[in-house]
Amino acid sequence: MPTYRKWFYPFISPFDPCPPLTPVSYETPVQLYLGFQPAGMEQFSPVQALAHGTLWPGLYTPYTNPYLEKRREV
Amino acid sequence: MWYYEKKLQYPVRVSTCNPTLAKYLIEQYGGADGELAAALRYLNQRYTIPDQVIGLLNDIGTEEFAHLEMIATMVYKLTKDATPEQLKAAGLGAHYVNHGKSLYFENAGGESFTVAHIQSKGDPVADLYEDIAAEEKARSTYQWIINLSDDQGLNDSLGFLREREIVHSQRFREAVELIKEDRTEKKVF
Repeated sequence: MPTYRKWFYPFISPFDPCPPLTPVSYETPVQLYLGFQPAGMEQFSPVQALAHGTLWPGLYTPYTNPYLEKRREV
Repeated sequence: MWYYEKKLQYPVRVSTCNPTLAKYLIEQYGGADGELAAALRYLNQRYTIPDQVIGLLNDIGTEEFAHLEMIATMVYKLTKDATPEQLKAAGLGAHYVNHGKSLYFENAGGESFTVAHIQSKGDPVADLYEDIAAEEKARSTYQWIINLSDDQGLNDSLGFLREREIVHSQRFREAVELIKEDRTEKKVF
């Protein structure tokens, strides 16, 4: 199973004007890994599909604000 | 031709009175990577794309209009009861002078929509790769708006729209696989 969010630590200079806000995250959702969708994948119920925005649990990659988990290193 | 269903694709609930969010959301209405640009791009490219994927562009292009309608509803709800002073404080003073409370196809910076934002190259691979890029750009726009918004109801609808970008990107990626496939070659499994 791939992870759908990656993190990296950019270079931090001792002369940076602002305190570092690291690590930096970026999204790598499921479509980068799936290839051609295989036949017979599991499906949500219609009501669940509407709530998730997709019929396929295998295509569901929700998003949360990554800044909520970050702490500024002072 | 199209049939119109008089309901939104997904419910739009805005829980806070925050007209500033309307200014950000307008990016998805009339921005370069917005829903209008997506709809026009796909519905235009579909004429010259290989026949196996015409239907895909048709379907996704149509759905983009349903998304446009959701964004329009959000912007309308956020601005309809705002005073001119509130609009000014939200950075929408110039918009109000030019357009009143009506919606306008412009980006978050107030620049008018132009079709120069979108391309139709007539090369199937070039066009589909642009479509994949467009979906990924719209996905990230939704992420940045979610990061700026603390309106739970609105973020729920935006999460739905972001997931649709993921599904569309997946389908365009499959379209590339379909058109590059050598159909004269016999495959043995």
